[in-house]
Amino acid sequence: MAGQCVTTAKFPKGKKTMNTLSTDGRRTVKPFWPPMAAGIALGLALLFTFLITGHGLGASGAATDVVAGTGLAVAPAATQANLYLASKVADGNPIGSWMTWEVLGLFIGALVASFMAGRFRVQLDAARSVGSSGRIVRALAGGLLAGFGARVAGGCTSGLGLSGAAALGIAAFVFLALFFATGLIVNRIVRGV
Amino acid sequence: MLDLHFPLHTSGALSGLICGVLFGFILENAGFGSPLKLTSQFRLTDWSVFKVMFTAIVVAAFGLWILRLVGVIPPDSVAVPQALVMASAVGGVLVGAGFAIGGYCPGTSVAGLASGRLDALVFIVGLLVGTFAFVGLYGPTIRTMMAMGSIVDGDTFTDAYGVAEPIVLAVLAAALVAVFYFGSWFERRGPGPVSAEQAVAGAE
Repeated sequence: MAGQCVTTAKFPKGKKTMNTLSTDGRRTVKPFWPPMAAGIALGLALLFTFLITGHGLGASGAATDVVAGTGLAVAPAATQANLYLASKVADGNPIGSWMTWEVLGLFIGALVASFMAGRFRVQLDAARSVGSSGRIVRALAGGLLAGFGARVAGGCTSGLGLSGAAALGIAAFVFLALFFATGLIVNRIVRGV
Repeated sequence: MLDLHFPLHTSGALSGLICGVLFGFILENAGFGSPLKLTSQFRLTDWSVFKVMFTAIVVAAFGLWILRLVGVIPPDSVAVPQALVMASAVGGVLVGAGFAIGGYCPGTSVAGLASGRLDALVFIVGLLVGTFAFVGLYGPTIRTMMAMGSIVDGDTFTDAYGVAEPIVLAVLAAALVAVFYFGSWFERRGPGPVSAEQAVAGAE
């Protein structure tokens, strides 16, 4: 996968490709990993995480920790009295928890990957398809639904869907089935991207 | 001799950073920082999301099973989500809707931001607002809903229904083969998977 790929980016199959070497004229965009290779790598990373922590990978838990930690700093009494957050802030500020460090790591790892592969590009993705304000509204609404939903489920696609399924949890398969079914339907009703 | 007892139960910054860096590096390389590629799964034109997820699930599930068989980890030593069926279902609906509308899920939005996507940052703001809203509304009503349909006998098919674990693993492996087979069939019929060039250029 690594190595010096100095040749110009390959345009697979030659269909519906477009020139993205525009910004500096010499950028080469490396292709994504094949799904099976990425899947095996992700499975091994997940297994490694289970081995050294006893639990899997996650993401949305960091949002809870940030909300709880911010709440503790801004309105300590209300946060400590909150039914959901009380246990999260009982041992101090949860910013600095394993999950917040993991999500910081996620950001760093993805940043390194996107730079190494020439895929870093500042953009408001899908602004061309639904307009800038349309995209901002959709991203905000989607994030809101996903943030709320992840708390209802007690995890998101990674923490519950991926890690929970690897641990063979029934909840994970229920989550994944409804996640996919809803995505299929909503995608036909709302143009998100 | 080093006497390590797995799982190690580390919970510090270094452990989190290492696991996270691996996670993020793989997510971005799979193409999962791109909302175009991610939502193409729902358009059934690019099955990378399912192919990667199912492969990872099968690799990790078989890995955990083997590690248990050879005695590296004791039984019941890794976290299994509680079988809160209604909570998982409602949460799955909301996260699925959020994914289709916003183009990301929580983890992939961080990968999206790390590849320069400002819409991913907006999604993350939404995530925090949604989490805040849940925390504010959380009370007896939500708690009752979340507890509905819970399976009390166990959290896995083995514990709850007595299905032997190798059978569960075999079903998962069969599902993986099916995802690759049917996914590739759909991909050949349509425009095909979203390439890195298309993802970097952005959805149009």
